[in-house]
Amino acid sequence: MNTQELSPVMIKNSEPARVAVKRAASAGSDPNVVMDCRIKTLHYGNFLAVRDTDIPITPNEITAFIGPSGCGKSTVLRSLNRMNDFVNGFRFEGSVHYRGQDIYAPGVDPVAVRRSIGMVFQQPNPFAMSIFKNVAFGLKLNGFKGDYAERVENALRGAALWDEVKDKLHTSGLSLSGGQQQRLCIARAIAVEPELLLMDEPCSALDPIATRRVEDLMLELKEKYTIAIVTHNLQQAQRVADKTAFLFVDTTAGGRTGYLIEYRPSAELFEDPREERTKAYIRGEFS
Amino acid sequence: MATPTMTANLGQAPSSSSFHRSFANRRTAGNAILTGLAVLLSLIAMFPLFSVLYMLLVKGAALLGPSLFTELTPGAGMEGGGIGNAVVGTLVVVVIATCLALPLGFMGAVYLAEYGGESKLATLVRFSAKVLTGMPSILAGVFAYATVVVATGSFSALAGGAAMAILMVPTVMLTAESALRAVPAKMKMAAFGMGATRAQTVLRIVIPTATPGILTGVMLALARAMGETAPLLFTALFSDYWFEGKIRQPIASLSVLIYNFAGSPFEHQVSLAWAASLVLVSIVLVLNIVAQVATRRPEEH
Repeated sequence: MNTQELSPVMIKNSEPARVAVKRAASAGSDPNVVMDCRIKTLHYGNFLAVRDTDIPITPNEITAFIGPSGCGKSTVLRSLNRMNDFVNGFRFEGSVHYRGQDIYAPGVDPVAVRRSIGMVFQQPNPFAMSIFKNVAFGLKLNGFKGDYAERVENALRGAALWDEVKDKLHTSGLSLSGGQQQRLCIARAIAVEPELLLMDEPCSALDPIATRRVEDLMLELKEKYTIAIVTHNLQQAQRVADKTAFLFVDTTAGGRTGYLIEYRPSAELFEDPREERTKAYIRGEFS
Repeated sequence: MATPTMTANLGQAPSSSSFHRSFANRRTAGNAILTGLAVLLSLIAMFPLFSVLYMLLVKGAALLGPSLFTELTPGAGMEGGGIGNAVVGTLVVVVIATCLALPLGFMGAVYLAEYGGESKLATLVRFSAKVLTGMPSILAGVFAYATVVVATGSFSALAGGAAMAILMVPTVMLTAESALRAVPAKMKMAAFGMGATRAQTVLRIVIPTATPGILTGVMLALARAMGETAPLLFTALFSDYWFEGKIRQPIASLSVLIYNFAGSPFEHQVSLAWAASLVLVSIVLVLNIVAQVATRRPEEH
């Protein structure tokens, strides 16, 4: 319902946004796009993993990346905070503008980029330390000098975990259940108040109840943050995402290259897909 | 076994067979015999350890008492005395060895696990460490003699510690490397995703997470080195006096005491050698138990 109300606005916004971003590169930041992802080619060694994928991510919305396995949706997400830099042979052509800068421009420090972008992984991955220290980790990294207890509490409240852990903040983060661990990871990510939160299939290791809690949480979080999420669960994209990008895998050249088919408000994409491939995928003809 | 009715329904288990276990069945009997054999052989494998412990308790416990730890080794043919200087000496040498081996082995392990990867240097270091773990301990002693003892002009606790350190470094390095490698990649990725540099990830996530495993390696290396006699024979030598804080002088140790006294013609010295063996084995046992307990990662804390 929410998405339908918003969708007319977004259609209006999406085109001017692209134009505006070209200006943004020189003139600063554009309020309608948090991160302007324009991938021309993305290689791992000689392997072309992703091509021609432009996804402007709009503020205070949830953008979902969907598509068949191997379509590069996680790769695209990971290129938004330069996590692909850890893969040998990674090469990127294109640009990802964030806060008015291309994060792939020469001289950009990927570590600095990652500090201002939160990331939640497929597998819950709390550190082997107390719940409190897990959440405080990013604050410490950023040299935060204020009230740690307050920030940790806020982050845990923000991740809807506070009530469950407030009496055992000093027990290990690993002692929590899978769903709680994932919310702990979300708390850890939002403790530093990043503008953008990247989530790579955050619910795929969770049971349906924990999944629902994380989805509800995402809807709350988008009031303050912008979220990009990779999901293989179409219902999930429909339930939470304001916009959805459908990627497909091109095997014609003998490789497996992912590329963007269409990127539109979720309500439109799911109810009235423009492209045949999107239609087929949504109908469940392949996965 | 197949009942005639089964032929119509291929693949279905025979409906008439009993679920009762019967030793008439060859598989059941074979299973029981092999299980029994495995248990028996395991017990036999444990036998030497327990018989040694039993022997030590029987022969060594006689002299156990406070004076054993508070008095100096007696001279030839004398009664009384203890092994206090040797207990202290062993601990001193072990501390020196740890101070030398821990930084070297630990930093080497961090390099191997986090930076070296499969590079030529890392492969070479790893290979050398593996070869060194199998090196006869007397060679470590000879090496320390040729370097430290000859260079400083005297047998000393320091030389003994150096010899022991040579034995410890490879064990510390290899166990610490595997402990560091056992830290899940997803935890490291979480740290990188938060914007931690490689050094921050290693210092704040990888090393703290691996600490129990690293400590185990250190304990095991210590326990092994502590019992060695050969590296101390011509490095630390022995001393009939208390350690007075001078690491440039010869020092007593339990293993050398056992070596010297076990072959002594004097009954009392032989008894002291038994008591010293019991003490040494107890220390090693305690270290091993501590190592085991330390490895257990506290899941609920």
